[in-house]
Amino acid sequence: MADLLDQGIASLAKSLARKEISSVELTKTYLSRIAAHNPGLNAYVTVTAEQALAQAATADAARARGTAGPWAGVPFAHKDIFCTQGVRTACGSRMLDNFIAPYDATVVERMRDAGLVMLGKTNMDEFAMGSSNETSWYGPVRNPWNTDLVPGGSSGGSAAAVAAHLCPAATATDTGGSIRQPASFCGLTGIKPTYGRVSRWGMIAFASSLDQAGVLTRSAEDAAILLQTMAGFDPRDSTSVDLPVPDYLAGLGQSLRGLRIGVPKQHFAQGLNPEVERLIRSALAEFERQGATLKEVSLDNSHLSVAAYYVIAPAEASANLSRYDGVRYGYRCDKPADLEDLYKRSRAEGFGAEVKRRIMVGTYALSAGFYDAYYIKAQKIRRLIKNDFDRAFSEVDVIMGPTSPHTAFALGSKSKDKDPVAMYLEDIYTIAVNLAGLPGLSIPAGLLNGLPVGLQIVGPNFAEDRLLNIAHQFQLATDWHTRTPGVAAASRGDR
Amino acid sequence: MAWETVIGLEVHVQLSTRSKLFSGSSTIFGAEPNTQASLYDLALPGTLPVLNGEALRMAVKFGLAIGAEIGKTSVFDRKNYFYPDLPKGYQTSQLNHPTVGRGSLTITLEDGSTKTIGITRAHMEEDAGKSLHEAFPNDTGIDLNRAGTPLLEIVSEPEIRSAREAVAYLKKLHSLILYLGISDGDMSQGSMRCDANVSVRRLGETTFGTRAEIKNINSFRFVEKAILVEAQRQIDLIEDGGKVVQETRLYDAEKNQTRSMRSKEVANDYRYFPEPDLLPVVIDDAFIASVRDTLPELPDVKSQRFQQQYGLSHYDAQVLAADRDTARFFEEVAAKSGDAKLSANWVMVDLQAVLNRQELSIAHSPVAADDLAGLIKRIKDGTISSKIAKAVFEAMVAGEGSADAIIESKGLRQVSDSGAIETMIDAIMGANPRQVEQYRSGQEKVFTFFVGQVMKESRGKANPAQVNELLTRKLKG
Amino acid sequence: MAIELKDIENIAHLARLQLNTAEKAEALGSINNILMMIDEMRALDTAGVEPLAHAFEASQRLREDVVTETDQRAALLALAPNAAEGLFLVPKVLE
Repeated sequence: MADLLDQGIASLAKSLARKEISSVELTKTYLSRIAAHNPGLNAYVTVTAEQALAQAATADAARARGTAGPWAGVPFAHKDIFCTQGVRTACGSRMLDNFIAPYDATVVERMRDAGLVMLGKTNMDEFAMGSSNETSWYGPVRNPWNTDLVPGGSSGGSAAAVAAHLCPAATATDTGGSIRQPASFCGLTGIKPTYGRVSRWGMIAFASSLDQAGVLTRSAEDAAILLQTMAGFDPRDSTSVDLPVPDYLAGLGQSLRGLRIGVPKQHFAQGLNPEVERLIRSALAEFERQGATLKEVSLDNSHLSVAAYYVIAPAEASANLSRYDGVRYGYRCDKPADLEDLYKRSRAEGFGAEVKRRIMVGTYALSAGFYDAYYIKAQKIRRLIKNDFDRAFSEVDVIMGPTSPHTAFALGSKSKDKDPVAMYLEDIYTIAVNLAGLPGLSIPAGLLNGLPVGLQIVGPNFAEDRLLNIAHQFQLATDWHTRTPGVAAASRGDR
Repeated sequence: MAWETVIGLEVHVQLSTRSKLFSGSSTIFGAEPNTQASLYDLALPGTLPVLNGEALRMAVKFGLAIGAEIGKTSVFDRKNYFYPDLPKGYQTSQLNHPTVGRGSLTITLEDGSTKTIGITRAHMEEDAGKSLHEAFPNDTGIDLNRAGTPLLEIVSEPEIRSAREAVAYLKKLHSLILYLGISDGDMSQGSMRCDANVSVRRLGETTFGTRAEIKNINSFRFVEKAILVEAQRQIDLIEDGGKVVQETRLYDAEKNQTRSMRSKEVANDYRYFPEPDLLPVVIDDAFIASVRDTLPELPDVKSQRFQQQYGLSHYDAQVLAADRDTARFFEEVAAKSGDAKLSANWVMVDLQAVLNRQELSIAHSPVAADDLAGLIKRIKDGTISSKIAKAVFEAMVAGEGSADAIIESKGLRQVSDSGAIETMIDAIMGANPRQVEQYRSGQEKVFTFFVGQVMKESRGKANPAQVNELLTRKLKG
Repeated sequence: MAIELKDIENIAHLARLQLNTAEKAEALGSINNILMMIDEMRALDTAGVEPLAHAFEASQRLREDVVTETDQRAALLALAPNAAEGLFLVPKVLE
């Protein structure tokens, strides 16, 4: 059974196909592991054991009939930002603690249609606002590599669950780095697709023009499989792109010979831990060994990405979160005296401090007299940032650099600080990618003091296939992605 | 001291699409509360809008009808404010890039003169739900069936100068939207709602006075009264040395006065910004051309044609063309009866009187176009006189059958037998020798006395032309 | 551009958030820090640059005017904190 827990989606699917194990057995294995280890990690906020076993039985039956799809019966977890019909969808917030979603997100629908088995919903920063998973109403998630450390955020629950082998893979979302940074901190492969590649219907909005769903897995191969299942046009999302989705799995065999890699000088500047830099540079050397060439590129306005982001994202969020008013669903304060009281207390009590802070920043940026100076200005910077990438991609095929300036940091070390800006700067290398709408991927590229370091690979629009292939080629030549944290190893020993 | 009223109107028109602006919920009026409020309408987390193409086509149709610039790229914005009937906490509207840009509407005033009123813009937005304040003692009930229904907000320039002009503008607008088939225009159901910006200034002044906005006036009559009473309030205020404050006011029809809406006193800061869940709406020439192809003949063009084709007066042509159903009815009667002028008269005068009396629209006319044409044919071919025709028409209204059937059953056929008429004339002349003498001595106006007597004797059925001819011959001796 | 306590109060009101004195003070400090970070952006000359609202420039897709939704009142009203007679209830609003 120990080996089973080490396996990713691709190999589990093979075991299931060969009937070496049933989906019900596999699901039970994961459920018992969740029961044993989740209390220490707080990765899951909801475990849907009953539904999972029912789904697993359905998959087994389909397999017996010969009607099962290739991934049917493989367990996984959903970030608690995706609406799941009949299952609480809280988005890390007290506001939605009582919210049983009445419908399924498109992503949820597609995973279910593929026969994948949902084990539960994973913890996250409240409304995806955070880089450490410490803003969740359900408490912080702990990093399986060292439980004194954060797993990263906002998809910290998904990252911790995959890293601790509480599921083989999980869905996640990324507005400013929320897939790639936890992937980096937890030693996982995480891909944020191009904006518009995956439907946002049923995915609770933080910042509509930046939010994008993706996956956290243990390999590029698994990411290719899950992304294939999720991606594609959805008429219910006006920002969904109507383009064919390439066969990601089939595209994993390409040589990297002649690949032109851009190395942005701004991502290797002051603030980057020199040891992280060393590991990233040695990863780049591996690509050179495989026939790629490196070229320095300049993203001139990247130093302004965090500033522009912290206008645009809070502005959009301030409106997106106005619907939480205690009227139609969600939290309502006790005995409201009048309508104003109902609004103000429900929202004050239902939202946590970081969410309120961002709503206020966004409200301010859009308010009369400041709109041009903040919002329009930020949108202009956004165009300059996109232009920087466009220019770079006229010379190179992908851009590579560190995902984060450092490894996972200690719980409370940044959140206790009265200055939220320190936390915001966590996403310094990832945020510009969201502003430009580009696909970005993070893969494990080394260990520093026993902690994973992530390499970010950014591509032009809809180049997910290219990113996945590059990551896969790296993973064929290296074993960083197979390294597992202590908690997983310990548990293997237990058995 | 003479005063001038300056008025700008903001008219909300509910577009008559089957489904809502951004969701697939039904827009049918009068359903049980919240049965037409789906996931998006309730602003459930994770839900997203997709634009209803028909609503866009209707907005463009309106734009083309008022000769407006059509926004090649229109952008939806979020207008942020909290209210229980606004589920998302923002209304999706259009601020800087509306679908319909500058256009105009020409109105005809009561003295027959015309005036062109500029239309600043018309933008698309979603309607709010309804708050029911009376249903519960301590609570307000929220019904979101209407939330998300597409609206076109039509904003005029402040070029309207009297309450009557305002009403003429609204009636023209009403006629136009019905023509275009983009709204049912039913003010009683809120399908057309009007806000009026009213200010006053001394005649001859060139700058505008401070304006008050009167909200949600729901009938043509109230628009006129509300503007009159508000203008007078402002004049009185200024003449007493006071100052008009810029504010929102509500018209109270019962008391015929406007009052300040205190709840709106706190300055709103709507924090508009482009709706990120929707992309810019790009309209190409082919789209515009395809909408243009669906435009009906518009009232002004139709009126021109009526004058040329049927020889109608400007006034008659305007009245008949103002309403699409009336124009259609008239043309059908004219075609079938072969007499356009008689048809115009009957539709505008006699039929309209019946419709007004019975409070019916022409679509529900108790006399079908075919039947009215039948009646007119009998006038033309001399079967009945115009006077008898009125009686036949009343019988038709009462549902007694076709013109021919009524003429037959009541024996109303005009007497055109010259022998019978001559006999009648001879008898009347014999009985009134003094009048015969008067006529023959040159007092020709006694002629009408004889006509009247013949008609009386024939109970109106004698053919008037024949009566004239025979009488003249016989009296002249 | 630093903001003052009255700005915090105004923003909190616009956003319908009730803040106590301590929360207002905390918000004032942290939001001013954030604005200071953002101000870096404002120093850049962006004359002539078109604002970018969406990362990719496409046009809005149009939906056919078809009723696709059915009555889900019972299920949806069940989510409401307070509802009766088919209506969502809020404390009485005085016009």
